[in-house]
Amino acid sequence: MKALSQKRRHPLAAIALLLMGLLLTGGLYAVATTVNEAKASTTSFSANDAEEGGKLFAANCATCHGMGASGTQDGPSLVGVGAAAVDFQVGTGRMPMQMNGPQAYKKPAQFNDEQTHQLSAYVASLGPGPSIPEEHLLDAQGNAAEGGELFRVNCAMCHNAAAAGGALTRGKFAPALADVSEKHIYEAMATGPQNMPVFNDANVSPEGKRDIITFLKQIEANGSPGGADLGAIGPVSEGLFVWIAGLGVIIAFTIWLTSRTS
Amino acid sequence: MGNHSDGSPSHSGTVATAGQNEVEKFQDPGLPPHRLRLADTDPKAAKRAERQVAILFGSSIVGTLIFLVAYFAIDLGPGSTIATIRLQNALLGIGTAFAMLGIGTGIVHWAKALMPDHEVSEERHPIRTEEDRQAAVRIVDDIVEETGIKRRPLIRNTLLGAVALAPLPALAVFGDLGPRPDDKLAHTMWAPQEGKLKRLTRDPDGTPIKASDVTIGSAFHVIPEGLNELHEGKLNEKAKAVVLLMRLNPESLKPSAGREDWSYNGIVAYSKICTHVGCPVALYEQQTHHLLCPCHQSTFDLTQECKVIFGPASRPLPQLPIAVDAEGYLVATSDFKEPVGPSYWERDEHERKFNS
Repeated sequence: MKALSQKRRHPLAAIALLLMGLLLTGGLYAVATTVNEAKASTTSFSANDAEEGGKLFAANCATCHGMGASGTQDGPSLVGVGAAAVDFQVGTGRMPMQMNGPQAYKKPAQFNDEQTHQLSAYVASLGPGPSIPEEHLLDAQGNAAEGGELFRVNCAMCHNAAAAGGALTRGKFAPALADVSEKHIYEAMATGPQNMPVFNDANVSPEGKRDIITFLKQIEANGSPGGADLGAIGPVSEGLFVWIAGLGVIIAFTIWLTSRTS
Repeated sequence: MGNHSDGSPSHSGTVATAGQNEVEKFQDPGLPPHRLRLADTDPKAAKRAERQVAILFGSSIVGTLIFLVAYFAIDLGPGSTIATIRLQNALLGIGTAFAMLGIGTGIVHWAKALMPDHEVSEERHPIRTEEDRQAAVRIVDDIVEETGIKRRPLIRNTLLGAVALAPLPALAVFGDLGPRPDDKLAHTMWAPQEGKLKRLTRDPDGTPIKASDVTIGSAFHVIPEGLNELHEGKLNEKAKAVVLLMRLNPESLKPSAGREDWSYNGIVAYSKICTHVGCPVALYEQQTHHLLCPCHQSTFDLTQECKVIFGPASRPLPQLPIAVDAEGYLVATSDFKEPVGPSYWERDEHERKFNS
């Protein structure tokens, strides 16, 4: 104790203290998030979950989707959409919908993981549908090359070959896929949220979905090999850049060429 | 004379205003006085300009060295990652840019700052038509005389022969654009072979699709059975035969007369090749049942047999008639009933053949 108090004015003491504090909070945070993840990935629902979910549903969702999720003219029936659909829509914040419009936007989730889990349990209890994917399909350790081929055949026309997203008709759009969690990518493929078609297991097998996720995570981690990708949206941004920067340089050069030196 | 810089009123060079029919009179202002450059008068400035030019040339040398070092020193053998390639690409680009820009800008700066800058004006002379014409004729005569082409028929004839034969390679190359495709564009791989109906298979792996696999809201990207086994012309066949398979509520389909048995329990198959300029139309919105072409935003409504509801396409997407075989797999009962894809010269003729 004496040695500690003597050295407390050492110039490195502050740094050591800071390091210790950071390690401690970081470690605690890591433990907390793994606990959280473990909870979210459990796909078994208890009767209590479904009951609590039913209450949440009646309070937050039934206005549009109707009591018993049978649907009204403002919202579709949710019987048979499965837990995966709820986990995606509520987990990404798309539901509850902020306002009516061409498309529900991604926004900070309104329910915490437990509530989302309970809502999923309730909707899953109404009828069979796609369930929340197993952990081993979400490890992004599949075959990226095959995933890339599947992505280009099935997904790239809307989501862009670099997964940067793209426009659809009348204000709708396919979102960019960077920073979307593996689970939400999988659930979107399995359930076909909003105007996205459904890619059921007979169309793209669970292994294929795992490959697609691997591909997406790989291109996200690798970045653009050619430098700045300008949003990866193709000729529009690239053309605009060349038009402004390239022509600007050419004009600057012609001015310099024809000017007199002092 | 008014001076522009001091703002004093200008007295000469009056401009004729509207209604004044006076002939405007100009005095030839002559050439502006020759202004010497700093480098012409100040030896120090000349030295500085010399150094600048040398630095620019030096940067070109450095650029070339950067290129060579990047090319030879960075190892792209096994074990190199994409980061290595990226680094080399960047250095090659920077090196080339400096190598070229250094020489160019150096020469321009040299010419502008140091090389003699006499001003020369060339007076315009009136055109003397007859004399000029005769001078031109004289030049041509001189050329004919000096080349001695009249006296040396061997040279003339071989030259004529060479010039006449020179376009032949072009003919050969363009000849390979033919023969005309005849009705190749009008038929696809979907036509049944020896009475056997072609199954619908998944793109890219070519596995057959059961009708029960296609749930409502699904979209399958489809190629004909046997496409992957083709050794020749696989891409050409794929480009004509690709199909998008979708299932919607059977009640929302309203098939027109003659098309009632082209779908199966709400499962429909349409050509993916846009009738405008042939882009793949595969952006399917499962709630609105719209198909969008990404190239020019042509939009097709699936519930109206892919009628064009927006954009430049002029015809609906061709529908592929489908059914289910004994094992439950989806099959095409025939080829498309019209040529797929964009218009071409003989399309009308081919379409008439389909209908007759």
